[in-house]
Amino acid sequence: MFPVIHGLSVYRHRQHAGRRDSALENKVTTRQILLGNEAIAHGLLESACTMATSYPGTPASEVLGALVKLKKQHDLKLHLEWSINEKVAFEVALANSFAGRRSAVIMKQVGLNVAADPLMSAAYTGVKGGFVVVVADDPGPHSSQTEQDSRFMAMAAKLPVLDPSSPAEARDFVDKAMRLSEKYEIPVMLRPTTRVCHARQDMELRSFAENDQVPCFEKDPGRWAATPKFRLLLHRQLNEKLEKIALDPEFSPSLLNQKEIAPSFQPQPRSCIVASGVAFAYAQEILLDLGLWDKIPVYKAPMPYPLAPAFRDDLLALYERILILEESYPVMELQFQDRVRVFGRTTGTVPASGELLPEVVESVLRGFLQLPPAPPIAVPGSPGRRPTLCAGCPHRATFFAIKKAFPNGLYPSDIGCYTLGLNLGVVDTVLCMGASISQATGFYHAYQAAHEDAPAICATIGDSTFFHAGIPALINAVVQGSRFVLVILDNSTTAMTGHQPTPASGKTLDGVRVPKLSIPDLVRACGVGFVAEEDPYRLEAMIELLKKAKKHAQARKGGIAVVVAKRPCLMDRSQAESWTRKPVGVTSQCKGCGFCIKQFECPALESQGKKQPIRIDPALCSGCGVCVVVCPHKGLKRVVSG
Amino acid sequence: MQQIIVSGIGGQGVLFVTRLLAETAVAIGYSVLISETHGMAQRGGNVISHLKVGNLSTASPLIRPGRADVFLGLHPDAFQVHGFYLKPDGKAFCNTTQQNSKYTIDAILIATELGSPVSANLVLLGFAASSGLLFCKPEDLERQLMSYGGKRQEISLKALRAGLNAYPQDQD
Repeated sequence: MFPVIHGLSVYRHRQHAGRRDSALENKVTTRQILLGNEAIAHGLLESACTMATSYPGTPASEVLGALVKLKKQHDLKLHLEWSINEKVAFEVALANSFAGRRSAVIMKQVGLNVAADPLMSAAYTGVKGGFVVVVADDPGPHSSQTEQDSRFMAMAAKLPVLDPSSPAEARDFVDKAMRLSEKYEIPVMLRPTTRVCHARQDMELRSFAENDQVPCFEKDPGRWAATPKFRLLLHRQLNEKLEKIALDPEFSPSLLNQKEIAPSFQPQPRSCIVASGVAFAYAQEILLDLGLWDKIPVYKAPMPYPLAPAFRDDLLALYERILILEESYPVMELQFQDRVRVFGRTTGTVPASGELLPEVVESVLRGFLQLPPAPPIAVPGSPGRRPTLCAGCPHRATFFAIKKAFPNGLYPSDIGCYTLGLNLGVVDTVLCMGASISQATGFYHAYQAAHEDAPAICATIGDSTFFHAGIPALINAVVQGSRFVLVILDNSTTAMTGHQPTPASGKTLDGVRVPKLSIPDLVRACGVGFVAEEDPYRLEAMIELLKKAKKHAQARKGGIAVVVAKRPCLMDRSQAESWTRKPVGVTSQCKGCGFCIKQFECPALESQGKKQPIRIDPALCSGCGVCVVVCPHKGLKRVVSG
Repeated sequence: MQQIIVSGIGGQGVLFVTRLLAETAVAIGYSVLISETHGMAQRGGNVISHLKVGNLSTASPLIRPGRADVFLGLHPDAFQVHGFYLKPDGKAFCNTTQQNSKYTIDAILIATELGSPVSANLVLLGFAASSGLLFCKPEDLERQLMSYGGKRQEISLKALRAGLNAYPQDQD
């Protein structure tokens, strides 16, 4: 493996790691290219974070992954965990902060929806040790259900939020967030976007701070266990904190090009730009390119919420037109409370959906500055190849078996690699983590209540998603008397986000042995009577088992049936190769009917044109041999070597 | 500043090529900013990296369409899908089985002959580097690759050099 893959190979500053350097005295020793998420991990260690918890989710996953590596590499003492979900992660880290120690919780934007309950309440209780809530947004969206703006969640919770515009700035903002949090005893959100998380930038490495904060939880029931009467008091205190934070000069917007702006230049009408995050980086680069950096005042807001009222009033007094550039919702824009002179998403000046790509920002800037549009560049309409399950992915075999056992079935599914079961036509709904099971319940009762014949329902959920949010949904399904088949796609890892461990791994991140949770046992404990496990590579046996499960779900004395499709992810190199590679060949029986390509959709199977035998790409074929059973014409066979 | 697009499909080593270029850039004193594709799109879909190299006091993560100086296409589809990033006088180096210009190379064939089809990405990179149009010299890339060590070092160097030697010497 490429040793510099996470930029961790050149730790010349390692000898300093044990010294009591404060963040300010950090010594610059070498430059290293860090991924935005790695930069955030470095920021946390530079600012003496003693606990970080997370649930994996693109684009946030690599923050905790990097911390785990750094902890091992530098023998650091801090508690790290892949928690079971974001709500739990939030509460675990928050308690560490209640005990006076610096903490962080890391998640993606939809993860914050799961953790919204503790977020809103923690804003009232406040914190003791610095508490940074890292929430990665995904404008686009590239790998998410929504392109929601977590800064609005901060606003809804009345919490300050910092919006970095580059990986290096994300690292610097961690320390700022930590200090701000501790100073005002308030959780602080750090909101990077995909283009920060997954950008790489060279930066000077700094040594990590000593994190020997002694836990000391001071009992204060009026605060930590506040009843509604005390909550009102806490709300007043929160409002006071926010007022002060808005005025803190370290976090106020600043006029970036004050020096360059020629005093004689007065664009008519008087205009300015207010930007935050990556949108600022694009605007700056484009204005420099267009030779306008010295012509239009640009204010950069490191903290889009809360904005100081005075800042807004000053700008409205100085300028006739104010353009707001931010991702992905109008958070700063709405704080301006002026719909005549303030331009942005609410006025249609900035598109109301989609990523603010640099070409979009250029077009917005040109429009606002009344310049001719940029010469058009034709962008191909097709997005190119769609993503697909990997060659040999056990999920593909399971989906094919489901299609066979549940023709014309109803297929609620869930969040993970297996969402790509869409390509095979075996995924009908994808809502949010765990919804496959609750939606299967809802669909069942929709038909049941209307006395209509229900299509056979077969829901699919991954192992990690089942642990995350599937268990309460399954208990509910059982006690509501629903009938369906649930297939738990158990590949023993969280594959989509980079193979983080699940609670079935039996080990903590430090390698300490803990109880290994068994999915069939959990399912039985939820009250399910029919639980069986099968290997999806045994395709025919899997189809038979699914038919049996379907019968149970439909039998008069039956109920919910759960099938665990168990086989490790092929891409997870931490798991031993669990299959014997059997090369597959095309026989003379293959007439190019295309059944395997359409119905099985393995990327290793290539069409060579109508009525032409297909081709197997040896570079992609995993040798799982499942397609041999899939072909109805004996057109594929295992090649016997020798 | 040089702006480079690397395009291919998931699993082809787009990230590796981008990182090798970026680390070479830092080793010879430049700053870099890279943007990558992660997550679901990596599962066999088209992937793209944006790389900016230079003395970047200010830079944003993405390259605008029509602005890239150099385009590296690891997959025959790549140019069709992401070629619009290249500026009118930019240069595209593409891996394809159809040899129709001095900027195309059958990198998979060459890599397969070396016994390592997955090294096609380095064949293409070597090919591009020998044109003299990259911000760095072929030796800089070799030195960076050598610093990684590991089991694959020998075959990686071979692939890079095979690409270097494949660039038509009589032109340019």
